[in-house]
Amino acid sequence: MKIIKNKTIIEDDWQVLRLDNQETTDNVTVAAGKIIVPLEVWQTQRDTLQQRENIGVWLASDERPEALKDDLQKFAVIAIDFPKFADGRGYSIAYNLRSRLGYTGELRAIGDVLRDQLFYMYRVGFDAFSPRPDRNIEDALKGFSDFSEVYQTSFDQPTPLFNRVKRKGNSAVGLINE
Amino acid sequence: MYRYDEYDQQIVDERVKQYRDQVRRRLANELTENEFLPLRLQNGLYMQVHAYMLRIAVPYGLVSSKQMRIFSHIARKYDRGYGHLTTRQNIQFNWLKLEDTPDILADLASVEMHAIQTSGNCIRNITSDEYAGVAQDEVVDPRPYAEILRQWSTFHPEFAFLPRKFKIAISGGREDRAAILAHDIGLSVIKNAQGEIGFRVFVGGGLGRTPIIGNEICEFVPWQHALTYVESILRIYNQYGRRDNKYKARIKILVKALGIDEFRRQVEEDWAASKDGPATLTQEELDRVASFFTDPNYESLPDTNSTLNEFKADNRSFSNWMQRNVKPHRVPGYAIVVLSLKKQDVAPGDATAEQMDKVADLADRYSFGECRITHKQNLVLADVKQSDLISLWQEANTYDLATPNIGLLTDMISCPGAEFCTLANARSIPLAQLISERFDNLDFQHDIGEIALNISGCMNACGQNHIGNIGITGVEKKNHDEWYQVSIGGSEGNDSSIGKIIGPSFKFHQVPEAIDRLLQVYLRERIEAERFIDTVRRIGLKPFKEHVYATDFEVEPEETLSKKEVAPAQYTIPFYSPRF
Ligand code: SF4
Repeated sequence: MKIIKNKTIIEDDWQVLRLDNQETTDNVTVAAGKIIVPLEVWQTQRDTLQQRENIGVWLASDERPEALKDDLQKFAVIAIDFPKFADGRGYSIAYNLRSRLGYTGELRAIGDVLRDQLFYMYRVGFDAFSPRPDRNIEDALKGFSDFSEVYQTSFDQPTPLFNRVKRKGNSAVGLINE
Repeated sequence: MYRYDEYDQQIVDERVKQYRDQVRRRLANELTENEFLPLRLQNGLYMQVHAYMLRIAVPYGLVSSKQMRIFSHIARKYDRGYGHLTTRQNIQFNWLKLEDTPDILADLASVEMHAIQTSGNCIRNITSDEYAGVAQDEVVDPRPYAEILRQWSTFHPEFAFLPRKFKIAISGGREDRAAILAHDIGLSVIKNAQGEIGFRVFVGGGLGRTPIIGNEICEFVPWQHALTYVESILRIYNQYGRRDNKYKARIKILVKALGIDEFRRQVEEDWAASKDGPATLTQEELDRVASFFTDPNYESLPDTNSTLNEFKADNRSFSNWMQRNVKPHRVPGYAIVVLSLKKQDVAPGDATAEQMDKVADLADRYSFGECRITHKQNLVLADVKQSDLISLWQEANTYDLATPNIGLLTDMISCPGAEFCTLANARSIPLAQLISERFDNLDFQHDIGEIALNISGCMNACGQNHIGNIGITGVEKKNHDEWYQVSIGGSEGNDSSIGKIIGPSFKFHQVPEAIDRLLQVYLRERIEAERFIDTVRRIGLKPFKEHVYATDFEVEPEETLSKKEVAPAQYTIPFYSPRF
């Protein structure tokens, strides 16, 4: 499957494990290979899962990144699920994971991930995106270049515009605008 | 006022480009309506029963004459010749075509304007005191801070999909004229004992179904830390605000559930990580932004004008206007003028293209080319020479902009109501008009004095009924009959309060009589120059209630229009937005 990573399209073979109705966090068998498991599965099967080379974990929008505080180094990827793109909790989860908990590995947006949200997602710390499969992924790439400047700080830009560039006060602006 | 530098302009231009492409993709069906919806909403575009409505951001209500002329251009070219001023100091147009909206935004961008975040579940346009910079009681001019907050909130990546809309108001006068206690965040710019500037921060105020007055979360946040502090409030809200029920999703519900102390603790815990960090505001940036809000070239003038006094003595309507629509200015020889958009037979807040052009022209000639939109849906010329007042009044009069009723009974706030809004239980604008007719007598209005009458067509409270001295709300009754609840004792400002319902509800035609009876009690009980609200506070609800219900109301004339039959198309006034 194709995903976007560091603003380019790449082939990717990670599987995302989502439990179906019959499965529970302790009875589910985590398949071999690169797999991203739900937080609760990680928590219940931690002892066996942490032996594995390629393991990732995903957070639902109502889960806390602090739950992974002591395990951050164990994952090749952490994903955050957007159940609906309008559920914005994932933005603060990502920001906290990066800025507050210092996570430096791959942070992937999964679920209802669409072009028009990528710019914001990138800013709060996502570097990988798995856009909804029914959408054109080439097209989604354009979402990163909607704006060339931003005012405020976030994970991608620790310095606000006013401290990064020389902005004009009244007298100088008057000259360019009249 | 603030002017864009190349960065501001670039961001707005890129927004137009992005939006144009979104509209193109929608029209080509590459985006479903569901996916397009939050995108257009973040651009202030609502789909209405009849057409699209675009709400344009007017940062803290400030408009230049050039911008005003773009509004009249939009009204003529794309709409039906008028626009509507909102209670959040914005302007909206109600009869637009989707295909035209990218061009409208391009027109707006040419005068440093946009429609960013005027709706949707994000940080909305920041509102402020309509007399900022000129009020006599001003402690600190809030406009530089409002502009800094505007920039910070514009496309904030973390807060574009909050649980619900988020409104911030900021005020810098001793008297709060921005209803800051009825906002998600209310900021009062103050000076502490050492003369340092900072913010008293309130959180969790709001109207709607659960009216709550904001709680103080911090008594003094130094100005340098305003952005990081506000950001921490938003971060806690974004994570923990309810998302399962739209009516419980505002921050006030979260603050109430956690309690203000626990909410504060969480905010301060988050803030500890960003306080003093790189987002801390600098003196240099504050000075830069403040340079746009320095005084215009005031002349030194005497504060009394004898011609004015003579004219006033001879002309009753001019002296009424002076009394109600002209406010004291902090600079001698100048005055603040409020142009009233509340007139019989016109929906409160509507302005025609001709009126807009006239206001632009008046602003150019009398008020340094600027005007302001007020949260009571009127317009302000903030810097008028007292010696110009007579000619200004005469000109404003010919364009129906000089009704001397500011702060009086007919200076009502009314929501769109049942003809236009699908959520309504009852009509609002016709009721506002019925009340205007009943109390048309200006002498009577002047005798009653200051009173705020606010009308909403349902419990969603877009007409701010809770903070009206008299509040009227359409309530659900069987058979689609229109019934209205009446409350008294609500108010905004420093002593904000939520009104209390006086008793059983009234039918449409009984409402003016109920108001009349309330006013009779006030006239009987008031002590000297006491305002209506003061009397209510002093004597309580009971005497009002007793008198209103003491005698029967006339049986209503047979109501022919049931709610179901009120067809919007029969009305010439446009469909306004419901609250979303
Ligand atoms: S939703 Fe708002 S605009 Fe519509 S009737 Fe209710 S209060 Fe009025």
